[in-house]
Amino acid sequence: MSTVLQYILYLVLLVILAIPLGKYIQKVMEGEKTFLSPVLIPWENTVYRILGIDRSDQMSWQKYLLSVAAFSGIGFVFLFLLQLFQGYLPGNPQNMAGIKWDLAFNTAASFITNTNWQAYSGEAAMSYLTQSLGLAVQNFVSAAAGMAVLFALIRGFMGIQTDGLGSFWVDMTRIIIHILLPLNLVISLLLVGGGVIQNFRGAESVPLLEPVAVSAEGEILSNAQINLSDNTVTVGGKIIKDAEIVTEEFVPMGPAASQIAIKQSGTNGGGYTGVNSAHPMENPNAFTNLVEMLSILLIPAALCFTFGHGVKNIRQGRAIFTAMFICLLLALGSIALSEQAATPQLAQGGAVNLSMADQAGGNMEGKESRFGIASSASWAAFTTAASNGSVNSMHDSYTPLGGMAAMLLMQLGEVIFGGVGCGLYGMLSFAILTVFIAGLMVGRTPEFLGKKIEPYEMKWAVLVCLATPMAILTGSGIAAMVPEVAASLANSGAHGFSELLYTYSSCGGNNGSAFAGFSANTIFLNVSLGLVMLFARFLPIAGTLAIAGSLAGKKKVAATAGTLSTTNGMFIFLLIFIILLVGGLSFFPVLALGPLAEFFTQAI
Amino acid sequence: MRMFKDVLPRAAMLFVIFTVVCGVVYTVIVTGLSQLIFPFQANGSIIMAAGSRYGSELLGQQYTDEGHMWGRIMKLDTAVYRDKEGRRLMYAVPSNLSPASDEYRTLVAERVSKLRQANPEMGEAPIPVDLVTCSGSGLDPHISPAAARYQAARLARARNISEEKVQKIIDQCTDGRFLGVFGEEHVNVLEVNLMLDGVLPLQEASL
Repeated sequence: MSTVLQYILYLVLLVILAIPLGKYIQKVMEGEKTFLSPVLIPWENTVYRILGIDRSDQMSWQKYLLSVAAFSGIGFVFLFLLQLFQGYLPGNPQNMAGIKWDLAFNTAASFITNTNWQAYSGEAAMSYLTQSLGLAVQNFVSAAAGMAVLFALIRGFMGIQTDGLGSFWVDMTRIIIHILLPLNLVISLLLVGGGVIQNFRGAESVPLLEPVAVSAEGEILSNAQINLSDNTVTVGGKIIKDAEIVTEEFVPMGPAASQIAIKQSGTNGGGYTGVNSAHPMENPNAFTNLVEMLSILLIPAALCFTFGHGVKNIRQGRAIFTAMFICLLLALGSIALSEQAATPQLAQGGAVNLSMADQAGGNMEGKESRFGIASSASWAAFTTAASNGSVNSMHDSYTPLGGMAAMLLMQLGEVIFGGVGCGLYGMLSFAILTVFIAGLMVGRTPEFLGKKIEPYEMKWAVLVCLATPMAILTGSGIAAMVPEVAASLANSGAHGFSELLYTYSSCGGNNGSAFAGFSANTIFLNVSLGLVMLFARFLPIAGTLAIAGSLAGKKKVAATAGTLSTTNGMFIFLLIFIILLVGGLSFFPVLALGPLAEFFTQAI
Repeated sequence: MRMFKDVLPRAAMLFVIFTVVCGVVYTVIVTGLSQLIFPFQANGSIIMAAGSRYGSELLGQQYTDEGHMWGRIMKLDTAVYRDKEGRRLMYAVPSNLSPASDEYRTLVAERVSKLRQANPEMGEAPIPVDLVTCSGSGLDPHISPAAARYQAARLARARNISEEKVQKIIDQCTDGRFLGVFGEEHVNVLEVNLMLDGVLPLQEASL
């Protein structure tokens, strides 16, 4: 019973928090007064003074796009160099070496595109300086850039025969100072209070209750008798020469909470540690889990309401939100049921207790005891719906259908809430596609929010909608033919193919989660996945801004009795239908080769 | 080209500003406040008893002794981390295995027979799933109450104490759901073992 209640409360809390935040974000976008204005406006003005800009500056869509590109490009170069040379820089108590060029390229592409795909393990590879000055900064600014592009699109709908979409500099400044910084200050402190680490000390070690023996070759000796007084290790009565006795456990340290807050709320997802929010120091209990999980969808959900306020049509915002919410429910339901049911391989004909009495039960492989199934399944749905990509359980160890639902959410183009900003502008392209198709059916010129949708907008909208499938299918198609990629798979057969498909889906959707058994740190994979991420991020941005620029230049047409409603149940249904149609047609064949094949063979 | 000259310096300046604000100022403020308000949590929740350090209550360890409670299955890693003197340190990683493969069936079957052998008191009773699966972090410090109770009879025999006492220890190391709803009930295995070893005191329940 409490399991069902948990699912419901997660969703209810999300909606309750998102509605007021949506209104707040709209005020920030318009530059209106909020309760934080007295404290924050002076800082905002300082930034404008340094940049030599005015808050009322306007940019054409081309200039807006160039600004996004230039800003991201500078971030890319800085992050790339910071990783290469971290070995010579301060803020590195563990003396981490510089990162190799291909991994540095991949990571830089990953973080500027708000993907946060990680082919490295944070606590083993990145210095504190790289984490804070490089990765955490991109978590803020890549999220802000996504929201800024959405703001430009909203202004495109509202503008009447103008070419101004607002100023990228002003939007970035407002978003970071008024929204992201205050929100994450609160989230960080909640997390530390709950037990997440936040310090500048080097990693530590603590004694083990039971020491572990390792052979000279580095292999762990199970069933070894360890004698600490004379330092000997015996296995089966024989003394093992040169065996090493490990008596201490590694304890990661560092400024984790501050980075975890923004990686959750900015739909970034790049973990401070390799195993992300499954790590007990990154997410120690159900309280921190609640905070982190709600943060995933908080801004993307709020932006639906921001959009409604922004285009002066609150019902439009609600309609988009409803469509997203229904898709989220469907995915969450399939993941939850599938994980609770587990697999016959785990059930062992009844020898393993999978019931829900005094335990979470179900498929606990790759899941934490403190979270169980409900908190893990909800997180999996939230993180793949939003293009967040953080995990609190290992998706590689999900049941075939549970893993497939997570994969499908990414393949649908990350528009079921999606990344902050980018999810909604992706969804609006699907909405444009929907009014076009609906308009064809009734024989009227399609309109959306009082603007005529014409071939120019349609071409760009289709490109935006197809960017993700193109990136995923082309990328995974090529990778499947490269012989060395097979060596990266952790599982064999259909599940091995799923690992590859999930990897490209994650990068093509700018998500960043992984079937983590997959060893992605090879030159081919680093470079190809880096390119996939860049393509899937910047093509939709260009398309969205082009649409915004074209819409802003048009007249508003008055709604008549013949205008197709874009806020009623019929529109919501059609929108969901189009999303599933595009996703289904694109991905059914590959899903049949991966998760579906695995599902149908597991029962045999 | 003129547009480019206008955009580039501003992009660079904005990037510098937010690198300082989000990378330095934000991190320092959060760290300062954390160390001031929550010093224990912010530093890794390391258990101290009688002046010595005994593991972190947040990091799982591997237990194989009959007289210790066992935790989640661990995939140990002793290759990546070393201390300042170059000695290996233990860490652990998730399995990332598919739970729907034949290899997995064999693996779990081995775990089941090992647990049955170690816990003859429980006979053919189904084994709680936490004991035969690897966790999400690989470092899960907890198991479910069902998984803890499954081992109570063995621990009582190995330690020569009553099962009630073992159960009392388990109860004391059990955390409920947050607000009674969120997450799952869980038992901290390290705390149980430190109490069994007499390092941490068992508080006699004052009922």
